[in-house]
Amino acid sequence: MEKEKTVNLIIDGKECCVPSNYTILQAAIDNGIDIPTLCYLKEINQIGACRMCIVQVEGMRGFVTSCTQPVSEGMIVRTNTPELIDARRVTLELILSNHDNSCTTCSRNTNCELQALSKRMNIMDIEFKGEKTQREIDNLSPSIVRDPNKCILCKRCVAVCKNVQKIGAIDTMNRGFNSTIGSTFEKSLADVNCVNCGQCIQACPTGALSENDSTNEVWKALRDNEKYVVVQTAPAVRAALGEEFGMPIGTLVTGKMVAGLKRLGFDKVFDTNTGADLTIMEEANELIERLNNKGTIPMITSCSPGWIKYIEHHYPELLDHLSTCKSPHQMFGAIIKSYFAQKENIEPSKIYVVSVMPCVAKKFESKRDEMKVNNLPDVDAVITTRELAKMFKQANIDFVQLPDEQFDVPMGEATGAAVIFGTTGGVMEAALRTAQDILTGKSMEKIDFTEVRGSKGIKEATIEINGIKLNIAVAHGLGNAQTILDSMQKGECKYHFIEIMACPGGCIMGGGQPIKTAKQRATIDIMGLRAKALYNADKALPIRKSHENPFIKKLYEEFLEKPGSHKSHELLHTNYIKRQLYK
Amino acid sequence: MKSLEEIREIRNKMKDTIEIRKNNALGTNEKHILVCAGTGCTSSNSLELIENLKKEVQEKHIENIRVIKTGCFGLCAKGPIVVIHPDDIFYSHVQPEDAIDIVNGIQNNEIITRLLCKDVDDKIVEKIHDLTFYKLQQRIALKNCGNINPENIDEYIGNDGYLALEKALFEMTPLDVIAEVKNSGLRGRGGAGFSTGMKWEFARNSESDVKYVLCNADEGDPGAFMDRSILEGDPHAILEAMMIAGYAIGASKGYIYVRAEYPIAVHRLEVAIEQSRDYGILGKNIWGTNFNFDIEIRLGAGAFVCGEETALMRSIEGKRGEPRPRPPFPAVKGLFDKPTLLNNVETYANIAQIILNGSQWYRGIGTETSKGTKVFALGGNINNVGLVEVPMGVTLRQIIFDIGGGISNNKEFKAAQTGGPSGGCIPKECLDVPIDYDSLASIGSMMGSGGLIVMDETKCMVNIAKFFMEFIVDESCGKCPPCRIGTKRMLEILTRITEGKGEEGDIERLEELARNIKASSLCGLGQTAPNSILSTLKYFRDEYEAHIKEKRCPAGVCKAMTKVVIDKEKCKGCSICAQNCPVGAIHGELKSPFEINPDICIRCGVCIEKCPFKAISRK
Repeated sequence: MEKEKTVNLIIDGKECCVPSNYTILQAAIDNGIDIPTLCYLKEINQIGACRMCIVQVEGMRGFVTSCTQPVSEGMIVRTNTPELIDARRVTLELILSNHDNSCTTCSRNTNCELQALSKRMNIMDIEFKGEKTQREIDNLSPSIVRDPNKCILCKRCVAVCKNVQKIGAIDTMNRGFNSTIGSTFEKSLADVNCVNCGQCIQACPTGALSENDSTNEVWKALRDNEKYVVVQTAPAVRAALGEEFGMPIGTLVTGKMVAGLKRLGFDKVFDTNTGADLTIMEEANELIERLNNKGTIPMITSCSPGWIKYIEHHYPELLDHLSTCKSPHQMFGAIIKSYFAQKENIEPSKIYVVSVMPCVAKKFESKRDEMKVNNLPDVDAVITTRELAKMFKQANIDFVQLPDEQFDVPMGEATGAAVIFGTTGGVMEAALRTAQDILTGKSMEKIDFTEVRGSKGIKEATIEINGIKLNIAVAHGLGNAQTILDSMQKGECKYHFIEIMACPGGCIMGGGQPIKTAKQRATIDIMGLRAKALYNADKALPIRKSHENPFIKKLYEEFLEKPGSHKSHELLHTNYIKRQLYK
Repeated sequence: MKSLEEIREIRNKMKDTIEIRKNNALGTNEKHILVCAGTGCTSSNSLELIENLKKEVQEKHIENIRVIKTGCFGLCAKGPIVVIHPDDIFYSHVQPEDAIDIVNGIQNNEIITRLLCKDVDDKIVEKIHDLTFYKLQQRIALKNCGNINPENIDEYIGNDGYLALEKALFEMTPLDVIAEVKNSGLRGRGGAGFSTGMKWEFARNSESDVKYVLCNADEGDPGAFMDRSILEGDPHAILEAMMIAGYAIGASKGYIYVRAEYPIAVHRLEVAIEQSRDYGILGKNIWGTNFNFDIEIRLGAGAFVCGEETALMRSIEGKRGEPRPRPPFPAVKGLFDKPTLLNNVETYANIAQIILNGSQWYRGIGTETSKGTKVFALGGNINNVGLVEVPMGVTLRQIIFDIGGGISNNKEFKAAQTGGPSGGCIPKECLDVPIDYDSLASIGSMMGSGGLIVMDETKCMVNIAKFFMEFIVDESCGKCPPCRIGTKRMLEILTRITEGKGEEGDIERLEELARNIKASSLCGLGQTAPNSILSTLKYFRDEYEAHIKEKRCPAGVCKAMTKVVIDKEKCKGCSICAQNCPVGAIHGELKSPFEINPDICIRCGVCIEKCPFKAISRK
């Protein structure tokens, strides 16, 4: 490989040697010089809009934005002259002069890039007061709340929605002081092609975008003596929840999380991973059925509700390719309200199922009509990793000091296959572990399918099982999904089985996970660290194949009969609807 | 399709026609009645006049009179304008019903004196070139405006049209063309004044299979109409220059980005493009060479910011018109991410002349740093509202008082605004500064595209600054906070000053905002947005201070600042004023003089109207 070209430059007196394709900002970050930013989101939004990252370059006229200016040999850069500090202060004060500065009642209080920057820039007063933008808050979507009065028009949300997810549900509207971010015809996010992935929330530096909070509903259920409140937690939550309490990224906190949930007063604490194992049983069976009976191929996974809404809006003609399996927490909710209710002799309507998810789209999913059995929703409330952290804090739980505790039996048992559901490629790997055993009729030694792991946008492999060559693909991020769907439409697709997750990185990077700053996103491999935690958890488990889960075996024996049975279809499978781009 | 030879034949054939326009009768008795069909004269019925003239000529079977519609003559204040060649007669304010007299006059060799106009010295003038307005001008960019029919390609060809293209294609290499443009010293007429030749060179040096040549016809400054007039009067000159540029940089596709609010210009461009294609001038393998070029029109919706080059390109791409930081520069990565050359209409209007006459000729005109001529659109309180083209280096005084005919209604000159909302106000102390890019910048204004708005003594400069700031606030795209919020805050401060609510420290706040908005904004719109405030603060600071400290508008313009007072001598204490005051600001005892509480009074003037003794007035 050719040696990477580098250039030498001086930033604030420090000699730096960086790759020649760097911007000044990247060079500064790598060299420990912390230029302030607001609109910058590495590789996603580098538009020089917020004017915070301005620097002075010797020989260049005026201020230049370091996020857009490429480095060049011999460049002499100053990032901290009094002129720059003053210009940034005035710009920041102007932004604050049109911002709803109600920090104490904001969902992003203490985790807001604007607030942090104001503190850092020593803003003690806003000199330039004047009219403030006053727009209606959009809280009609069950997943996402938009508060335009907190928006600073950095357009990070627009960039992630348009360029990464390739949806474009939101964009800038009007101009000048009246500029605002909005949807088609200024409709609510609930009425347009927003898929609720929540990547915009992750991108937002302020509280302009947040989850539609459900903690109050959960508290209410917990207070209600008539209710039997069951909680289940998705695999990705345990890989990130600790971050909300200052623990390092990638710390696995399964035991503390269970302990905390028990202290909150849930009647049972179950693991959605058990539902994931069940999903694998049904999905692997469905795949084999389709392959054997010339069903619609490729089959595409259906665990990610953002992905489901995306295909419903944008490629409705391809809906038959979706697996009919409900997502793990919906399956598990249905089992809790049927099998578990029967076993424990509880009236199903009295059971209240709470799902803790890394995802805001799950809030929408749980409210879909298709996610009901006998008119009872499988899941009653969905809270995100962030909301769970808030509940722990409200309940005076010192999370870091909690002991490790175990999920409740008998429904808390799960395998390593299920825990990796939380990262891109995980569903595929889990399915392959089970499919190879079913197809060969024996317990195969190969467990790690490393070809589907990693951060590459589209991962492809051909797996040979018992003489059958299975072409598979894994895509994460809807922009990558679009590439695959376009090839399907052109008839160029050679895959049999595809895993698609709406969020880049999979559930560990979901819209409900702890929010990281632009700087953290630029400097830390957040996805890699969280994924590693899950793969380690998988490795540490004694059972790593879904079909070997003793509880699942018992469930089929006692209740469901076999994968794809009539009962399974009633409880565990669903159907999809064609959606317009807007209502 | 016409071969090069056929084009040359047309040029020869048209020679007589063009000579008549140059006032050389050449032994023929042909007469040409030229009527302005620019936007201004059209809106004063010049098209009906043309119809009437044609009807008259036709009905009387007059063989030697031709009626020709042309682009703008420039002296818009006296429109509709008719010029008769080769006699050079200049008629002003011509109405459709004057057609009969004009035609009869030509036949009888009589001049219709009632249609003649007065010059600055009140003398009646017969011939166009005797008017002071034209005498001091030098027309290069406006060469064909008011001289040829813009919808007739043959007339353009006849006046050396497409000859520069021929010269470029057959006698010059692309590098020769660039060298000629570079040596001419031509600077961008859109406002920033960057070297046109260097721009071409950068675009030439970018390697790519596809490049674009763009024409910026998104003229957005209030009061500016140079580009519109050129497009209306001489569209082929722009096409020819774009083709020369395409040849020079290695591009085969051009776009003209023009405001949809310029329907006549758009129409004439469409006609010109079609004619050029029909003649095989635009198209593939032009005149047997391997040079291909075609041009498309893109309509802008009138956003001021779309005149900024990166925003303009995004708009052509069908995206939201927002500027982006440079680099990458358009010469490297522009329209559709390909190397792109963008020039303004007036810049292009100089190109063919530079190629034909050579860079040395062009360098001979203008000042040390600014070569050639500049077109200005004169507007505001000036007698000769219109379009003028003068060599760089003439003074503002010459433009306003000689060419422009001075201030209207015998008022005093107060200030001139150049450069539109991005420019500044120039006071009378600077009237004798020779105008070029650099001198204007040094006195706190800018050349801009060439709008020149003259203001008389009755104007309040704070109010003027507010007017321009309102424009900026409306036109800011909203991408960067200094412009989006900063200009709004400046407008709020200006508004409260003009409403008599100015606070101590407001001037300093304006200065601090202005300094930072200039320095921090993303694009030229924001970087120049505070200029109207800065220049008025520089030259008319006392007016700001009077507004803030004394709550007084020296020009008497700002309504809220006028006081309503009761003359104690005249007041009879009848109380009618107090009864009618909508806010209860007037108090007093019957039969003794009443008083108005200025803190409550809203200066509505009801009391002034109602007072039977005329005892109340504004002060």
